[in-house]
Amino acid sequence: MMKRDECLQILARHAPDDIVVSVFSAAFDWVKIRPHALNFTHVGAMGLAASYGLGLALGRPNRKVLVLDGDGSLLMSLNTLVTIGSVAPRNFYHFVCKNGTYEVNGGHPIPGAGIVDFAAHARAAGYRNTYVFDDLAQFENEIGAVLEQEGPIFVTLKLVPGAEAEHDYAKLYAEENRLAFKRALAE
Amino acid sequence: MTDGSLSGSAIIRSIKQCGIGTIVAVPDIHTSDGLLHPISVDDEFRLIRVCREDEALGVMSGLTYCDVRSLLLMQHTGLLDSINAIRGVSVRYHMPTCMMVGLLSKEPGVPPSHSNHYDVRIVEPILVAMGIHYVVLETDADLPKIVPCIERAYERSEPVVLLVGRRPVAQ
Repeated sequence: MMKRDECLQILARHAPDDIVVSVFSAAFDWVKIRPHALNFTHVGAMGLAASYGLGLALGRPNRKVLVLDGDGSLLMSLNTLVTIGSVAPRNFYHFVCKNGTYEVNGGHPIPGAGIVDFAAHARAAGYRNTYVFDDLAQFENEIGAVLEQEGPIFVTLKLVPGAEAEHDYAKLYAEENRLAFKRALAE
Repeated sequence: MTDGSLSGSAIIRSIKQCGIGTIVAVPDIHTSDGLLHPISVDDEFRLIRVCREDEALGVMSGLTYCDVRSLLLMQHTGLLDSINAIRGVSVRYHMPTCMMVGLLSKEPGVPPSHSNHYDVRIVEPILVAMGIHYVVLETDADLPKIVPCIERAYERSEPVVLLVGRRPVAQ
């Protein structure tokens, strides 16, 4: 298992200016680790992060789009794997932060915790390549090459919480961030 | 309401007139022959086939942030299934989400709210409760409603629904 904040710090070094859609605990960590106008957190309905990412990837085909999904979130819309595998955007990189729980909703286990294999689902759905990381050193060594591949790519990150980021929902969902994201996309 | 028919090709022309080049769809037998099949072979459209209608709300919002116009084609059951996504994505974040919704089983010439079918009858009251603007397309006489409805979505940055009350014919 990797600590989420340490893992995302490594990812941020490889994605300094990419479009990143993130949700829940990963979002709180990510915006602290990589503050950027191209962070998008206003998903609005649980399970739709990858769908936003797909729309952004199609709308900005010359930019990489990373999605930092949650395992509970992805379970709400597993079908989206099939849609993305079918559309197959080359600039789409889908990470699922797998901690086996609904972390911000009481820490209850997800259905299939310890059983469900998201990477296998993504592979079967048509993602070009899939990866599973649970070791920080291996992740650091390999993630650069993973992001150099054409998408859609799926990466399972086996995580535990690290240093706790502030869970300030008002700040995370501030309207000014959403508008800044739109402006940044237009540049 | 009047007797008559509803031209699918005229609906498609109106969609194009609004600068919409991307259609996100889940098939619906009500609009299959008149709209989705012609759209699927029309080179002027990019068709994104999604598995569930709520996915489309996210995809279309992503496209909207990139200034790409799109329209969701689905059945009213898909609309009912997507209410939370419409609330959380389109209403909450003021997205100009354009939804064309086939009212399968609605009786021709009968207003949706007077249908004998419960699932059709509840659509308009739900849209009213959600504060979502909508129009009903029943015959060709209603075609002039399409462009203003879609343009309203983009002018006000809010979702709109175009209810397709009768099966459009392909011509």
